[in-house]
Amino acid sequence: MTTVLSRTGEPITDKRPFSFGRWFGRTGWRHIVGVAMVLFSVLPLLYVLSSSLNPSGTLTGSNALFSAVGLDAYVRLVTDPTQPFMAWFGNTLLIASITAVATVFLGALAAYSFSRMRFTGRRFGLLTIVLVQMFPQLLAVVAIFLLMSSISDWFPAIGLNTHIGLIMVYMGGALGVNTYLMYGFFNTIPQDIDEAAKIDGAGHARIFFTIILRLVAPILAVVGLLSFIGTTNEFVVASILLIDPEKQTLAVGLYKLVSNPNYADWSAFSAGAVIAALPVMALFLFLQKYIVGGLTAGAVK
Amino acid sequence: MTDRVVQTSKRSKQAARIADAASGGIRMILLKIVLLGIVDAIAVYALFVLALSDEWLIASLVAVVTLVVNWIYFSKRKLPAKYLTPGVLFLIVFQIFVIGYTGYIGFTNYSTGHNSDKAQAIDALMSSARERVPDSPTYKVTIVENLEGLGMLVTAPDGEVSVGSSEHPLSSVRNATMDGDKAVAVDGYTSLSFQDVLQRQGDIVGLEVPFSDDPNDGSLRTPDGSSAYVYTSSLVYDEQAGTMTDASSGTVYSDTGTGAFTSSDGEELLPGWRITVGFDNFARAFTEDSIREPLINVTIWTIVFALLSVASTFFLGLFLAIVFNDKRMKGRKFYRIAMILPYAFPAFLSALVWAGMLSESFGFVNQVLLGGASIPWLTDPFLAKVSILFVNLWLGFPYMFLVATGALQSIPDDVVEAATVDGAKPWQVFRLIKMPLLLVTMAPILISSFAFNFNNFNLIYMLTGGGPRDAAASVNVGATDILISMVYKVAFTGQLRDYGLASAFTIIIFILVATISIVSFRQTKALEELN
Repeated sequence: MTTVLSRTGEPITDKRPFSFGRWFGRTGWRHIVGVAMVLFSVLPLLYVLSSSLNPSGTLTGSNALFSAVGLDAYVRLVTDPTQPFMAWFGNTLLIASITAVATVFLGALAAYSFSRMRFTGRRFGLLTIVLVQMFPQLLAVVAIFLLMSSISDWFPAIGLNTHIGLIMVYMGGALGVNTYLMYGFFNTIPQDIDEAAKIDGAGHARIFFTIILRLVAPILAVVGLLSFIGTTNEFVVASILLIDPEKQTLAVGLYKLVSNPNYADWSAFSAGAVIAALPVMALFLFLQKYIVGGLTAGAVK
Repeated sequence: MTDRVVQTSKRSKQAARIADAASGGIRMILLKIVLLGIVDAIAVYALFVLALSDEWLIASLVAVVTLVVNWIYFSKRKLPAKYLTPGVLFLIVFQIFVIGYTGYIGFTNYSTGHNSDKAQAIDALMSSARERVPDSPTYKVTIVENLEGLGMLVTAPDGEVSVGSSEHPLSSVRNATMDGDKAVAVDGYTSLSFQDVLQRQGDIVGLEVPFSDDPNDGSLRTPDGSSAYVYTSSLVYDEQAGTMTDASSGTVYSDTGTGAFTSSDGEELLPGWRITVGFDNFARAFTEDSIREPLINVTIWTIVFALLSVASTFFLGLFLAIVFNDKRMKGRKFYRIAMILPYAFPAFLSALVWAGMLSESFGFVNQVLLGGASIPWLTDPFLAKVSILFVNLWLGFPYMFLVATGALQSIPDDVVEAATVDGAKPWQVFRLIKMPLLLVTMAPILISSFAFNFNNFNLIYMLTGGGPRDAAASVNVGATDILISMVYKVAFTGQLRDYGLASAFTIIIFILVATISIVSFRQTKALEELN
């Protein structure tokens, strides 16, 4: 499938004199749709930005966009001892980064073996991965909670209320849609390269780490980023496994911060939302052409 | 890299490669040994811990898995297994095992009042009913500690010294160090200093040391860390008859097989214990009106929500893809970036932001866009559903737009040209040629989008919390709850955490999802691509 990158095709030059009606019929109305959609897409984001800069803090005060501008809410958010925002932010970055790297690594290992080796149970393995995904991990959350609470009876270091425990649970989903995406991409790398390296005396591990991983870097970036975003957004498992406020993630912490928007410090929440979203959005826009390519290859949001 | 290769002669290149590969091989082997060593060390530690707590089944599982892992990585063959093992181990524990475990829990009465075994339930019952015996003698106490936790070194009024903790009943000791007529230290335990006692007052007040294995004998508690008093329970446990008797009222509670001591008039003593209840949870889900009605409503709404979400985002995305797929149009790049911003914004934040914007009396939508109206966007059962679909449209259309643009551009131009030459009008071209081709490429994406929305917990929980609540239902469920948020609320919110019922719901959902997926996968034959 081709990518959706805009092609730099020049508009067909029209020799006839300019006519508004014809212009409108061809592309003008498209601009009206475009402006409407831009407003629809961007308004909520502008609203968050504006209320994060609003010193007042209430929901009502946030309604007049950019009426008052100040960084009070950011200061309040970072300094308020009742809500360890910086800890949430750090936890989320840490957990999401480790999960992303580990997911990419485990997924790539599996994709390599499915793509390059022929063994009994290969087809069965591929099918099992698809089928297991039909039962989302989210649904087993009760069992995950009970499993982790019995693990913490024996090994408190990796049980409830630990980041390692949470990351381990996320690792359960490392093989899955990701492996599929990578498997498809691995298949597009010609096997001749492997064979050439093999003749030169390279072992399978060497081929994998030094040759293949470099050639499939784009898909690794996509899977890593999608996993990072997915983990950042994950609420259910994190809210159940992480108990202490300082251990929680942004999704859990910010949810509690505004669980009743009418009475919450809305500006502080918005400031938190801006801080939380900016790195993700920057990364997304920076890598968007790869992501779009990955999505159209069959990924799921 | 290539520059260097060109400069060296063919033979020296070959020699360098062999040396390189050999050294890499040794490094690899060393790395392998170190990594496996770490794994084995952790496994041995785990075996010790598990053996100490008598978990032999799990210990043997750990041992077997460790042996298999070692065998795989030391063997010369087993190449695919070397690459698959790490991911598959996590998959087995946190996906496949938990599915099975969910199935098991669905057949138990596991819940807040039933979360341990019978012995622990008896302990908990007796302990909660314990009262200080009036005029009981004072026991002199030194708080001591060992690896297992806090304990009491007790000097009885008759001078006998004994030691015990909450798990080990008092046993007499001979060689205690005495200070006057009070034992202050004993081998194998560390005595706590006065400061320590003050610091850990909470733990010490909660410490309870039984006299013997028979819970009816009572136990010692110390309010201040230096003198202890006898507490006995108002409940009397009769091990032979298996009954609990309330000494003050004389009511007899017996084990009637419901996982709790129950009196003859049906009153249950809680906590009870965990038992297998068979299909009871499923029976409750299908027969108890106050559960069945909400379950049916929630199931219908879940399917409607997922279908409408897919349809609305698909059609808007497709429409936009067609609109912006015109090369003559300027500024397409700008529009595109602006329109994918909602997709780049973390979804849980979007839902929370929209919850604020749709707030009835203070929100942006009512106050600014609608000039001060007070429309109950999130609190009216019908409008809340509309709001959810609307917000999900905002969240989901960029994805469909991107995918549809890709699919549209992958349709070869000559097909369209051929149709045009044959005299097809633009609408016919679209409906008869482009649309079917688009659907072929997009069908798997539509299915996975349906599956995603079927379990779109974040949107529902963060936007409306599932509310407005359905007052008639006996489970905590609201008008906009989908199945997954209902499971979460039944299991983890509110006073009664009913894990058993929640797991039964999960199994019902699983059967539903699996059926839908299998049918739809069959139809699109997406699985045919596997080879």
